[in-house]
Amino acid sequence: MEERKEGRLIIDHTVYSTRISRRFAARKPYSPLAPGKIMSFIPGTITEVLVAEGDEVQAGDDIVILDAMKMKNRLKSHISGRVLSVNVKPGDRVTKGTVLVEIT
Amino acid sequence: MALEKKIRELKEKREKMLLGGGEEAIEKQKAMGKNTARERIMAILDTGSFNEYDMFVEHDARDFGMEKKHLPSDGVVIGTGTIHGNPVAIFAQDFTVAGGSLGLMHSRKIAKIMDHALKMRIPLIGINDSGGARIQEGVNSLAGYGEIFFRNTISSGVIPQISVILGPCAGGAVYSPALTDFVFVVENISKMFITGPEVIKTVLGEEISMEELGGARVHCEISGNAHFFAGSEEECFSQIKRLISFIPRNNEIKAKVIEAAAPDANYDIEKIVPGDPTLPYDVKDVIRAVADNSDFFEIQEMYARNMVIGFGRMGGRTVGFVANQPLEMAGVLDVDSSDKAARFIRYCDAFNIPLITFVDLPGYLPGIDQEHAGVIRHGAKVLYAYSEATVPKLTVILRKAYGGGYIAMSSRHLRADFVFAWPTAEIAVMGPEGAANIIFRKEITTAANPEEVRRQKVEEYKEKFANPYVAASRGYVDAVIEPSETRRLLLHGLEVSEDKYVDMPKKKHGIPPF
Repeated sequence: MEERKEGRLIIDHTVYSTRISRRFAARKPYSPLAPGKIMSFIPGTITEVLVAEGDEVQAGDDIVILDAMKMKNRLKSHISGRVLSVNVKPGDRVTKGTVLVEIT
Repeated sequence: MALEKKIRELKEKREKMLLGGGEEAIEKQKAMGKNTARERIMAILDTGSFNEYDMFVEHDARDFGMEKKHLPSDGVVIGTGTIHGNPVAIFAQDFTVAGGSLGLMHSRKIAKIMDHALKMRIPLIGINDSGGARIQEGVNSLAGYGEIFFRNTISSGVIPQISVILGPCAGGAVYSPALTDFVFVVENISKMFITGPEVIKTVLGEEISMEELGGARVHCEISGNAHFFAGSEEECFSQIKRLISFIPRNNEIKAKVIEAAAPDANYDIEKIVPGDPTLPYDVKDVIRAVADNSDFFEIQEMYARNMVIGFGRMGGRTVGFVANQPLEMAGVLDVDSSDKAARFIRYCDAFNIPLITFVDLPGYLPGIDQEHAGVIRHGAKVLYAYSEATVPKLTVILRKAYGGGYIAMSSRHLRADFVFAWPTAEIAVMGPEGAANIIFRKEITTAANPEEVRRQKVEEYKEKFANPYVAASRGYVDAVIEPSETRRLLLHGLEVSEDKYVDMPKKKHGIPPF
């Protein structure tokens, strides 16, 4: 059975006494888009890392190749800049949303 | 005599078929807490009313050793019968025969009974218990599913379609239930998913059990794919019978009218709703205080609880109740509750069931997650469904009806036939605190004692606008009524709108915000 807390919900400055749904209580805080972070959009295995720390990259360059769902996905940079950190190496298994490479 | 011999032969042939996949497979089925396909059908239908067809149908697949396999009735039982005397068509997949897998002839049998149900304009009940496509039959299995989905869609809104998930229902197979009106599930027995735990593990590396991924509770509480939750098959069968008692057998007739009965006197309608609009109460008590026998048959009880939907009767006629639930999330409209209400409204409209709406909501749920989840598009479904519905629409505003929520909940503006408001109703563009903060921002911020001025202004606003009389003065509300008059006025409204007729512009179909 869904666990529900007796709680309060504020709408338009009015405080309502009510039960809070599990889904609402567990909602994730919003994180703004970070175009410099190359993240795994799906869990999978890293097969190639095409950049090293300090490399200059252009928007659209391939950064890593992520093998997932029988596809070798080329993850590209959204921005032009310098590689700040490389957090994975070939063979690593990554979950969804892992920051693989950071570019500034 | 020759005839006697032939009859004996027939009996023997039947006996063989009735054993399905054989005693061993039946034992396995029982060990899982499951009934056999034919037992399930017998349990749902009136005693002795079931007639089975296509018992001797068999596959003619020739690949992968299938030519040597004998699959009794090709793993599915079809037929017709009655529930409380109402005719229904039914099919049940037989898990004891090749895991209830769907091959060409199996699907043809289902398609046959579906065609029959549509032609005869009677409800279709489908019992799903199948491992999925019969891989040996290849693309013929896929064709079979496609034929079923097409019929589900064409029959939608013409005959009631009920899906009962009593075993696995995985992969493409889930789309037949998804296209039907009501999905019944049973704890520890029903399993529904597109990709199973094994695929998820190999592809994504995430581990989850079948029950956690697509069990009965998941579909009743989280995904909203199922409508009725039961602890056992027996409980599930009685829920199905109860549902059938409320709905008409096709879209051209009304539900059967039974003898009217007064609500239970224990539900004192004047004592349910607190005057303070920020305090919670159970809106189901209001429904029970007006419904015949205080009998309310709730649908999707565990999903988006801030919206309550279900069937009841008023003066013996079936009605659909839609109500905001202040007990849960203050009764807000959000993505899930909008979805839930909109679909039910369309069901009632399709099957000539009048709608009674109880309104008490602060508006739409604010939040980034809601906005990003498309609360605009989903919220619009409620507006669309109410506007489009031509069945009698009766609305009672119990307490708050603020902003867009007021418009959406079967307001006069969306062509409600009768809008009643209790004296506790507050029909306004927003709650007094919010409104005063905006309208009197200058006075409040520039005052020497802003908190006191704020309080004053909130009171002023409450006095002037937090009531039903402004809306009543414009005719947006037909009558401000005492709570104790609610049932009488609803009964009268239903009586008056018995032959309601609305002309709609000719169109192929609208484009609802799916």
